[in-house]
Amino acid sequence: MSELFLVEAVNDALHTELARDDSVMVLGEDVGRAGGVFRATAGLLDRFGADRCVDTPLAEAGTLGGAVGLCMAGWRPVCEMQYDAFSYPCLDQLITHVGRYRWRTGGRMEFPLTIRMPYGGGVRAPELHDDSPEAYYVHTPGVKVAIPSTPADAKGLLAAAIRDPDPVVVLEPKLIYRTARGEVPDGEHVVPLGRARLAREGDDVTLVAYGAMVPLCERAADAIDASVEVLDLRSLKPLDEEALLASAAKTGRVVIVQEAPRTAGFGAELAAILAEKAILDLRGPVLRVTGYDVPYPYWQIEDAYMPSVERVADACRKLLSF
Amino acid sequence: MAQVLPAEHELRRVIGDESTPDGEVEGLDESDLIELYRSIVLLRTYDERSVVYHRQGRIGTYAIFWNHEAMQAGSVHALEDEDWIFPSYRESAIGLLRGMPPATVLSWWRGHPSGWWNPADYNVASICVPIGTHVPHAAGLAWGKKLKRERAVAIVYFGDGATSEGSFHEGANLAGVTGAPLVLFCNNNQWAISTPITAQTKAEALVDKAVGYGIPGIRVDGADVLAVFEATREAVERARDGGGPTFIEAVTYRTAPHATADDPRAYIDVERVEEERKRECVGRYEGYLRRLGVLDESIAEQIRAEAADAMRRGIADAEAEPPADPELLFANAYVDPPASFGSDLQELRRILSGE
Repeated sequence: MSELFLVEAVNDALHTELARDDSVMVLGEDVGRAGGVFRATAGLLDRFGADRCVDTPLAEAGTLGGAVGLCMAGWRPVCEMQYDAFSYPCLDQLITHVGRYRWRTGGRMEFPLTIRMPYGGGVRAPELHDDSPEAYYVHTPGVKVAIPSTPADAKGLLAAAIRDPDPVVVLEPKLIYRTARGEVPDGEHVVPLGRARLAREGDDVTLVAYGAMVPLCERAADAIDASVEVLDLRSLKPLDEEALLASAAKTGRVVIVQEAPRTAGFGAELAAILAEKAILDLRGPVLRVTGYDVPYPYWQIEDAYMPSVERVADACRKLLSF
Repeated sequence: MAQVLPAEHELRRVIGDESTPDGEVEGLDESDLIELYRSIVLLRTYDERSVVYHRQGRIGTYAIFWNHEAMQAGSVHALEDEDWIFPSYRESAIGLLRGMPPATVLSWWRGHPSGWWNPADYNVASICVPIGTHVPHAAGLAWGKKLKRERAVAIVYFGDGATSEGSFHEGANLAGVTGAPLVLFCNNNQWAISTPITAQTKAEALVDKAVGYGIPGIRVDGADVLAVFEATREAVERARDGGGPTFIEAVTYRTAPHATADDPRAYIDVERVEEERKRECVGRYEGYLRRLGVLDESIAEQIRAEAADAMRRGIADAEAEPPADPELLFANAYVDPPASFGSDLQELRRILSGE
């Protein structure tokens, strides 16, 4: 075990997986010489050479489209998108090709590529460095999506994504890149996709979250006078529906927390699943605490946009007194 | 170092006309010339029969490639089997030149699952529908082969309209900086459905795009199958020798509708179309071969009959495919599908069985 920050665990996963499998390569903007703007790819260029850690032109769609071709040539590319919102040009390739190409070949070719990016707000950054684009990715058929909230999961989920035979998007919560610190297994460490983690057990209400909202929910749990369960989804697609329904059945009350805008966000999908499959277990409405349906704001007022301990605690109290 | 700036503007030609004598291509013997004829006739037959099949309701909407056969056959003949082809929908039947059965491509246009092939079986990528978005794939594959120290090169086909797309630019640029062994083959037929080339670009010639990527550009008569072959061979040799990508602009004129659903009379210059049809690519190559004494009517007739027969068998085989199983909805999108696929399939089976 090593005590690592979340972003260091990402770096550890990349070193481990590149060393384990010669066909894994990393590509993206500033991933080589600079080692990534967050240092997530530090040391890869020196250790694995310029063929396997590639500074690409500034072209997200070209990078992801190039990765499709690299898969066809036998590589397992790991593409870094420098920031959440800078990944939008690559949605063209993701939607039109990445999620469809295996299907298009009648299931006879594999596209084992990984797209990873820092995501989310609260970091006092310029416009379009703060988005939570998970819904776009989850909505795309043929693609899987994972979001860690701890250093150990950041390593294990990224390793699972790289080894997965299907395309996987890994969103890394940049807000806690260098605040979340914890024990990370040395060497190979894989956290399977599709298994949620019970971050905290409780009986009265369940907080469902992922990414940087997990530690926020844990703080909210401390702030209210009730027994609160916190479910860290870890993987949005495939989704651990069993864990979601089990927790809903246990507490009968569910609050979903996401920092993305509310409408048609992933929380809406979770609420729909609960409505379809847990209706008789629920003692009150499924509530959502989310970002608002606005462009991500100027950073001087971003704290008012982001779900806060106060907003989560308020939703819990409402539900407990329903 | 190949000439990069300025790109050539003069169209390369081999086949002569009233004012110019025929040229010749080094390295092609009589049997090569006949094989090339067999390919160009197969594509022409495929295209003409497909329009008929569409009118008969036997295939769906179809993108016509009449007078594009020289660009496809000429360039493919310059490749080796290990080289990869990335077609757009305008090159839907290019796999025929790699031994793909016509039934497979006809099934694609019939929307039947048997029309979706394994690219690795023919080194022919899937048909790309969204314009220009496959250029980065071809760049990535070519670069990936180079990184693995393999010999294969790739060729990607796209039209004049595709050069306005961001993905064309990103793919061409990626190929340039990585030195990918790639041939960027632009079939400039001067129309993107109803948009003429003059509304597509202010550039004097599309080949000038090559200069911006620091790669050589070649401009060739797209209705001259021998000139296309020779130009592609030059680009492929350069790619295989480590010289990186080449942009080829093959200039022709779209003398047929964009697709079976299109009526170009609303926008096109009908007289120009008539003029261009007189110099269409198959007839020009036939004339060349006859002047050379390589082709007589009996050989030509035999080759046309073979192609017609292949198409008759192709449509019969495509129509003999059993109806597609709706359960295939859930197949093939993932190696390892989400659990919801299982319950959705069960539910669908129940509804379809009427229980």
